[in-house]
Amino acid sequence: MNGIPILSLITFLPVIGMILILFMPSKMAREIKITSLIITFLQIILAAILLSNFNYSAGGIYEASSFQFVEKFQWIKITGLSWIGTVKVDYFLGADGISLPMLLLTALVSFIAVISSWSINKSVKGFFALFLLLDTGMMGVFVALDFFLFYVFWELMLLPMYFLIGIWGGPRKEYAAIKFFIYTLFGSVFMLLVMIALYFSASETLADGTTVFTFNLLTLMDPTNYTTNGILSPLNPNNYRLAAYIALFVGFAIKIPMFPFHTWLPDAHVEAPTPISVILAGVLLKMGTYGILRISFPIFPEITKDLSYYIALFGVINIIYGALVALAQKDFKKLIAYSSVSHMGYVLLGMASMSTTGITGAIFQMFNHGTITAMLFLIVGVIYDRAHTRDINSFGGLANKMPVYTFFVTIAFFAAIGLPSLSGFISEALVFVGAFGVEEIRVLTMIGTLGILLGAAYMLWTLQRIFFGEFNKKWDDVLTDITFREYAMFIPLTIIIVFLGIYPSAMLDIMNASVNSLVEFLAKNAQGFTLSGM
Amino acid sequence: MFENLLTDISLILPEVIVSVTLLLLVLVDLIFNKDKSIIPFVGLIGLFFALYFAINGLNINSTAFVVSAANNDYGLLTIDSFGSYFKVIILITSILIILFAKNSLEIKNVSERSGEFYTLIFGMILGMMFMISASDLIMIYLSVELLSLSSYVLAGFTKLRDRDTEASLKYLVYGAASSGIMLFGISIIYGLTGNTNLFIINDVFKSTSINVLAYTFSIILIFTGIGFKISAVPFHFWTPDVYEGAPISVTAFLSVASKAAGFALLIRFFKTTFLLKEVSGSWILLEGFDWQSFLIIISILTMTLGNFAALWQDNVKRMLAYSSIAHAGYMLLGIAVLSDQGLLAVMIYFLVYLLMNIGAFYIVMVISNQINSENLNDYNKLGYASPFLGVSLTVFLISLTGLPPTAGFISKLYIFISLIDANMIFVAVIAVLNSVVSLYYYIRILKHMFINESENEVPQLKVAANEIVFILILLVPTLVLGIYFSPLVDFAQNCLAILVN
Repeated sequence: MNGIPILSLITFLPVIGMILILFMPSKMAREIKITSLIITFLQIILAAILLSNFNYSAGGIYEASSFQFVEKFQWIKITGLSWIGTVKVDYFLGADGISLPMLLLTALVSFIAVISSWSINKSVKGFFALFLLLDTGMMGVFVALDFFLFYVFWELMLLPMYFLIGIWGGPRKEYAAIKFFIYTLFGSVFMLLVMIALYFSASETLADGTTVFTFNLLTLMDPTNYTTNGILSPLNPNNYRLAAYIALFVGFAIKIPMFPFHTWLPDAHVEAPTPISVILAGVLLKMGTYGILRISFPIFPEITKDLSYYIALFGVINIIYGALVALAQKDFKKLIAYSSVSHMGYVLLGMASMSTTGITGAIFQMFNHGTITAMLFLIVGVIYDRAHTRDINSFGGLANKMPVYTFFVTIAFFAAIGLPSLSGFISEALVFVGAFGVEEIRVLTMIGTLGILLGAAYMLWTLQRIFFGEFNKKWDDVLTDITFREYAMFIPLTIIIVFLGIYPSAMLDIMNASVNSLVEFLAKNAQGFTLSGM
Repeated sequence: MFENLLTDISLILPEVIVSVTLLLLVLVDLIFNKDKSIIPFVGLIGLFFALYFAINGLNINSTAFVVSAANNDYGLLTIDSFGSYFKVIILITSILIILFAKNSLEIKNVSERSGEFYTLIFGMILGMMFMISASDLIMIYLSVELLSLSSYVLAGFTKLRDRDTEASLKYLVYGAASSGIMLFGISIIYGLTGNTNLFIINDVFKSTSINVLAYTFSIILIFTGIGFKISAVPFHFWTPDVYEGAPISVTAFLSVASKAAGFALLIRFFKTTFLLKEVSGSWILLEGFDWQSFLIIISILTMTLGNFAALWQDNVKRMLAYSSIAHAGYMLLGIAVLSDQGLLAVMIYFLVYLLMNIGAFYIVMVISNQINSENLNDYNKLGYASPFLGVSLTVFLISLTGLPPTAGFISKLYIFISLIDANMIFVAVIAVLNSVVSLYYYIRILKHMFINESENEVPQLKVAANEIVFILILLVPTLVLGIYFSPLVDFAQNCLAILVN
């Protein structure tokens, strides 16, 4: 893959699509949809090329040399007066075993979401232009290795998301959209402050011998690059590293969303149109956990270690709380939204273990949650499109009326519960095995396993209420079995869910080297940072 | 009296050109009695010449109009790159505002008085340019008055609605009071030091011990006068009324140029008078008055009040007035850092603020020309009536909020960088939280334009070609500088020099 900037291509391809769409007249709705479909399909092809050229043994994480498909050049360099110093920002992209699964997921979910958007008829041009801009933001977050760049992509998503919920959403769309926007911005401004503080705490030596401050994530991970008096430097006895860690963590936690910052999620999901819910659950939530793994963990290893118990605690609260609230829902979509909160808890728990098994499980769970929850939201979309209600109790006996639909629903539900031979089982098992192996969080892990039980309860109960029992005659005319377009959304996701359930190594091997090097790095530096900070 | 009159005049060529143009405008107004459309063009030509000389003078650091009777070399005016930078900002703003006013229906409706209008605008420009260079208390007072008197009249220029007159009167009353207070402060300083020249005052402050009470008192009185110009809380009361009542072009001019001149005056006054020494870019000030805490409190109050008051506004102009108060708060923080790093942030902020704020006001004007309203509820669904206006306004508002990838993000970023570099973390936290609050009201405009349902039929919006060009001139840099900001920062960095003792 020499010379081809494949990561830039996969990131900015949607922007090219967006510009194309902006030049098309609004009447050409069908052509606009097809353009978006082609663009997202090209993204899948690029993702497949990435996968086939991926070196499974390269670790990445903290080592620039073992990142793959790296593109790095100077984006901004301002040689300042002596006391300001040189400001330098790199355009630095790269992929490793943590980002590649997310890239694959983003490409896949975006494609499925475009198919699902086919039913959008209101301002089609605007919808797809914003959708593609959102796509670029998501891809960018997963490939950026410079904090500044990461932040720009991170914020780039907010505005399109606001409009996508706000214009194409349900009855309370305005409220849901602004709530999403304000919550996320609240988190990210703190991220901005931490970013600036990190910038002033570590320096990098350039080829010409000059020393400059830097936003480069890899430089920030190396304790030897810190200046003695930087406010986030471990060498500075009066540093603010704990406060910065918490601020950064809150920024990411809002996106996950972690209890108690989760309240925007049910609103956003309930009001968002189906494709946007799919994107939200499938990709956006992963950015929070990805950010923690990519930035918080390696830059603040010693604090991660100190606070890992609390991360696990919040993870378990997410699992149990999300499941209990889901149990009480009458709105199908809200139920899935809360189940999503519950499932993201597993990711937090797995990461908190700081062990190879646990983190592998967490990343795998991120991927699986992306595919399974995307499918669940599509399932809600199918029934809502037909019946225009999501009230669980108004349905019943759909299994006879819509057998194929019921088949897909059953697979998705069982995958969400964690039934063996489906992908969700593997990742949840890995998370629990990893977390159980750590003495301090063993009790928490045991409590967390209750989540599986509760998950089975609300899923099966929902299955029973909607698909079995007596059929509500009111829906006789409207509820027809799924269409060709819906097949096209369900089949790829089903194949992946089943395939990764039977042969999880296909995904686990991708992350193995990176997870190992992350765990080693954490173990080594959690010590090193604390000692030098003393 | 002035020994090198010719050299001195060559140093203030931009001011000279503006004065000449002002006189020309009066003549042109008399000669071309019937068709007044030539007037703005004459003004534009003058401004372009002035801009050319201002850019040429960016590297000059000198003092002009030395009163030879005094035993030193300090003049009434100081010409340095810092001042020229702000002059460039003022002149660019003025050029844009004249183009702005040319398209504004409010001004077209009173075209028979357009001679007066542009003459007054030039009076303001001249006042601002002298404010920027003034290094003598008398000069400061005169230039502030020149600016104020012209702007009082302009605020109520159209005389169409009662609120215009009310705005003008309110402005006059508050303005007269605050400049009186400022004059009082100036007289106290003169009493303490026996001189009106800032450099000499600085010398005296350094060498003799001054009565702290009188010193503090005079500082606060002078700050009142300047605070009024930059609408810092608690001297901001006039701002919302005047901004709402004045013609939009005048509002935009007041919110950018007048504020820039006020800031430049504040920075120069403050750095020349109270600087003890400069250590690697940070300013060590004379003892006796805790400038830093004072400025931090004022700026936090200013931005918080501006942002929270803006939340409740239904008139877009009034909302933007409060937003401009909030922005003054951020910029004051840049001064409160007391370092060249902070000064750099303020200078970058102004250049960006010019683009995004005039852009936002211009679109409000284009819309107001056609629907004759600035009420938010009349904005419902307008984003679909003209997607170009809708998208452009979105970019300007996002930039005002400070989100990437717009230039507004860079300007805020530099403010935060200077705060964190100075270890003012608590202040930085308050500032970022303020950005979050500001998002709510900026996005409210977008909500009305794109999301809310309209009860009445959505009016058609036509955007003329020249309006599109004007908007693009502001829009393109707002986006490009957000992604590639080296030129912006480089330019500001090269103009940091303030001439001090």
